[in-house]
Amino acid sequence: MLRLKCPYCGQMVDETELTPGGEAHLKRATQNSSDDELLDYLFNRRNPKGVHFERWRHTFGCGKWFVVARCTVTHEVFGVYKAQTLKPPKSVVDAIANRRGHETQESQ
Amino acid sequence: MRYSIFNLCREALCGHTGWPKAWESPTPKSRYEVIIIGGGGHGLATAYYLGKNFGIRDVAILEKGWLGGGNTGRNTTIIRSNYLENDSVAIYEKSRDLYETLSQDLNMNIMFSPRGVMMLAQTHHEAHAYMRIANANRLQNIETEYISPTQVFEKCPIICIDGPRYPILGALWQPRGGTARHDTVAWGYARACSKMGIHIIENCEVTGINREGGRVTGVTTHRGSISCDKLGIVVAGHSGQLADMAGFRLPIESVALQALVSEPIKPCLDVVVMANTVHGYISQSDKGEMVIGGGTDGVINYSQRGSFTYIEETVRALVETFPLISRLKMLRQWGGIVDMTGDRSPIISATPVDKLFINCGWGTGGFKAIPGSGWAMAELMANEAPGSLAEPFSLDRFREGRFIDERVAAGVAH
Ligand SMILES: Cc1cc2nc3c(=O)[nH]c(=O)nc-3n(C[C@H](O)[C@H](O)[C@H](O)COP(=O)(O)OP(=O)(O)OC[C@H]3O[C@@H](n4cnc5c(N)ncnc54)[C@H](O)[C@@H]3O)c2cc1C
Ligand SMILES: [Zn+2]
Repeated sequence: MLRLKCPYCGQMVDETELTPGGEAHLKRATQNSSDDELLDYLFNRRNPKGVHFERWRHTFGCGKWFVVARCTVTHEVFGVYKAQTLKPPKSVVDAIANRRGHETQESQ
Repeated sequence: MRYSIFNLCREALCGHTGWPKAWESPTPKSRYEVIIIGGGGHGLATAYYLGKNFGIRDVAILEKGWLGGGNTGRNTTIIRSNYLENDSVAIYEKSRDLYETLSQDLNMNIMFSPRGVMMLAQTHHEAHAYMRIANANRLQNIETEYISPTQVFEKCPIICIDGPRYPILGALWQPRGGTARHDTVAWGYARACSKMGIHIIENCEVTGINREGGRVTGVTTHRGSISCDKLGIVVAGHSGQLADMAGFRLPIESVALQALVSEPIKPCLDVVVMANTVHGYISQSDKGEMVIGGGTDGVINYSQRGSFTYIEETVRALVETFPLISRLKMLRQWGGIVDMTGDRSPIISATPVDKLFINCGWGTGGFKAIPGSGWAMAELMANEAPGSLAEPFSLDRFREGRFIDERVAAGVAH
């Protein structure tokens, strides 16, 4: 079972309290977007074998959304941050670089 | 050597020392006409029909592990074709139909057992959806039927049809659906490929896709570079990784799907039962184990191992519908990486790279599709244009909004 830290509650919580919400930092398409932008927003995913930035909701707790940087092979977690953050904060990027030098670039 | 009763008797008399290897393990050549990446059922079937239907035998299948070690050897083997949309029904029924005679075709007993598949309706919404599918199937000439709770009970007396949380309201019944032996499907295709001179190369991971001027020229592998005229990617959960090597993206997410078997018990269930509302399905193997599959974990996962939470959820729900299994011990549990598309339909398609083709997105339900998918993929690769089976499943459909929506029929399950 995955256990993640909710950045709002500051507590480790079990997967059963959380709902996964897919890839984070997608750029929302609008009415003026091209077909390709819509395709990217709606369907195309990075789906990495490695570090993934993904959204989670603390459904059976505070109810808020947050972002987790997790390795999809080992489930190692590099950091969590609030959903209002537009791109991965430096501390998380650094944590990934420290532990996985080669993967940082790919995971941005 | 053909597998036959005469050869079996002869071998019995001489201590089973004369059986040849089922397939050869050749050293890779430096060039092939066609390379298929992925030695699961879909890759093997593609190579087989390239050889059989189109006479293209200068083919290599590159597999990073062992044959059928991916989802093909990890699934719960449910075969059915009662989907909703015409395009899906066409390919799944083609496949189911090929399964009927696959043992004879491959000269290997794949143990196809059309014992009947029952999809339980446990909510009113589901009941309506299944009635709609039964009507659609009638127009599509697929033999299915919407049956009553009494008929469910007659076919499967171990079901509790009036449980408090999940009462049985009816079921969608396909009498010629069933199961087959998964590894043997892979082995059977492999043996038949090898006999046609197709190279099966195990322990050979593809690490790069070589291109020149927008056209594929070959692959880089752990065993050196190999060039080819045409390349097929048929790697299920790893499709995104291979697409990345070729420089394009896919509308796919790779998640874990788990299954488990119980200790073996006496025969008590002679149909396949799927309960999609509670994310569980169950059948009894020839050895007597109850084979149970669950829903997918919700997150991207390449570890071939899921979370116990999901297994517990499946078992909790199934115990209510099948009270008999509550005392059984679990024997084994495992997971596979399944490739999920947004509309729950597969992709059999050309790609942005010339001469590079892809077959993926079968998600939680591609075992049943192995023969038909291989057939359609071989046609696409041989003619460099899709036939009628593959055409609707092209990659552009996501861009064009031309979905083949099977979320109802496929649900989470199979
Ligand atoms: C638990 C579970 C239950 C299921 N139940 C059912 C069911 O009841 N009915 C049904 O119809 N379907 C079911 N499925 C789905 C079905 O198993 C798959 O859709 C199907 O087996 C996919 O076959 P494949 O040949 O595409 O993929 P796989 O069998 O996964 O083969 C892909 C192969 O590609 C290889 N590969 C990956 N990357 C590389 C590389 N870089 N180089 C070389 N080789 C590579 C892998 O090692 C693998 O062997 C289930 C799946 C799971 C996991
Ligand atoms: Zn919280």
